[in-house]
Parts: sequence; structure tokens; C-alpha cells
Amino acid sequence: MRRLECLRAIYKDLDSCVVVTIMGAVAAELQSLGHRPNFFYLQHAMGLASSTGLGLALCVPDRKVVVLDGDGSLLMNLGSLSTLARYRPANMIEIVFDNESLLSVGGFPTATATGTNLAEISRACGISQSSTVKTVSEFTAAFSGAMQGKELSIIVAKVEAVGPSRYVTDLTLLENRFQFSRHVRGLRNT
Amino acid sequence: MPVSVANSKVIYQALKACDVRIVSALPETWLVHLIRMAEEDPDMKLVRLAKEEEGVGISAGAHLAGVKSAMLMQNHGFLGSINAIVSFAQLYKIPLLMLISHRGTHGERDPWQTEGGRVTESVLRALNIPVERLDDPSTVGRKIQWAQHLAESSLHPVALLLMRELMWEE
Repeated sequence: MRRLECLRAIYKDLDSCVVVTIMGAVAAELQSLGHRPNFFYLQHAMGLASSTGLGLALCVPDRKVVVLDGDGSLLMNLGSLSTLARYRPANMIEIVFDNESLLSVGGFPTATATGTNLAEISRACGISQSSTVKTVSEFTAAFSGAMQGKELSIIVAKVEAVGPSRYVTDLTLLENRFQFSRHVRGLRNT
Repeated sequence: MPVSVANSKVIYQALKACDVRIVSALPETWLVHLIRMAEEDPDMKLVRLAKEEEGVGISAGAHLAGVKSAMLMQNHGFLGSINAIVSFAQLYKIPLLMLISHRGTHGERDPWQTEGGRVTESVLRALNIPVERLDDPSTVGRKIQWAQHLAESSLHPVALLLMRELMWEE
């Protein structure tokens, strides 16, 4: 399974969500499908996408907040899973694209390559809706379930360690940040 | 525990007056009353963290959604959050209202706090983060309000150092 296939499968559903991605391949691949004002790409500060998702989820309780995270990033902030478990934002879906490597910086293996299981860690933190998926149909089903459910969900999607040829796009960081913020503030006022 | 309840209340009321709705915090001795006040306030969302760095993400998410927040942390928590402050808050022009208990300064009895106490202000200066000391309850309200104004107008982190004179009664 490739990450891009997963993104393509849920791209239409992301329309109604508030979306935060990590840097590198995830941000570039989502943009390759078409940027939208409800997408925020956290192009640095590895590990903080899930915390940012929590902050957003607390402020826009009527919207689904979808975080598109990665194994390397989440491993830098595993404590975030325990914080998420404590507050359980019912409107948040944390998707972890687990390619078992730090692809953007040369493909070095992360600890998930040697057996660390992020879905099990999530469950042990107290997030019962935690699953690992290995095919696009499993991924789509898990995402649909999370979208319809009223519970914090973690979906660990095992994907191949492949990505786009380049990561820098023509969308500048601040342009994205201000456009996204204006969009989300608008959601709170409607 | 001789942490000042009265002055903690002054600080908390100032945060309320600034329309702060989300407070992220990691417990530390000087912050116990402030954290309790946030927890007991039905109009405040207290987010207890595993590590202070998470608070940068939470405050950033809140700001992007147009909600005011504050971060309560010890200076060692600030030191542990520097990459998040630089690579998220400063890179993306996110205001942060950071209330930092300044441990390890004159009067400190805990040996483990002393090195952080020595470097905190110079690290803040190196990051170009505007900083004010809160040491007098009569100026706390104004300084917190002004710090929030500056954070919001400059879209940049601002630090308020909670000093021993304000927090500790001994």
C-alpha cells in the first residue's frame, strides 16, 4: 500500500474536515492532489502535528480534525498519545502513515522497523479505537468508521517507504498558515 | 507549601481578563495553585501535558482557530521546548503567551534548578523573545495584558517570568 493511494481514497472526505499534516512526503503528496484552505502543513517541528490537532479539536468541536502523521514524527512525541488519551477529543482522527523509516532524510529505519507497534501503544495509552491497516480497502473502511464514529480514533496505516521526488512546493509556509487560520476562524463563526 | 495563593489568584484573574480560554501546563511547585484554579474553572480548558513542547502545538492550534491560550511551565520546560518555539511558533508567526516560573535564581535551595536559572534569560534573549519579570502583584495584571497584546500584534512568542518574590512566601 502506498501513502498516495490512501490520500487519494479519502481526499474527497477531507473536504469537510480540518486537516493537519506533517512535513515532507505527506505534505507534498496531499498538495499534489490539490491544496485546499482547510489543509495545514506543519513543515517542521516534528512530533507536534498531533498536539496541534488536539488544540484545533478543542476549539472546533463541530468539525472532524484529521491529523496526517508519520511514524518518525510520532515517535518524537509519544507522550502526545497519552495526552490525547486523557482528553479524547471525539472529533479527532489521527492517521499515522507508518513506512518504518525517516524517508525524507535518507530512509533510515525507525523503531517501528524493529517491532514498535504504534497502534498497541495508543491502545495501552487508553485509546480503544486504535487499529493497524495494511490495505487501501482496510484503510478506507477504518477512516469511514472513524468519520462516522464519535470517538477519538487512531489509524496506523502501514505504507511503502516511497514518496515524491521533491518536497518543496510553491505554497509558502506563511501563505498556508494565514489562509488556513482564516478558514478555521470562519468555521467557528458559522 | 508556601506558594502564594493570593498572587497566584492575581495572575489567574489577569489571564481571565485577557480572555484566555485554554491553559496548557505541566505541574511544578510554583504553579500548583494556578493549575488548580484552571482546573476548577468551568470556563477554562486545562490541558495537562506529558512534556511542555506539546503546549506549543496546542497553543498554535488554538491560535489558528482564533482562541486565546496561555502556557504554564517551569523554565526547564521552556528550555525543553526550544525547537517547537523556533520551528513552529517563530517559523509560522504564532503568538505564544508563556508564563515561566523562573527557578534557580537567588534564594534557590534546590541544587538541580540552579543551572537552568542561570541560562534562562540569556536563552530568551538569544531567541529574541520579549521578556518581562513578574515580581510585584500590583503590576501583574497590566504586564500580562501588555504581553498578550504584544504577542498578538507581533505574532511572536512573549515570555513572562514568574519570580520568587511573587510566587514564594517564606
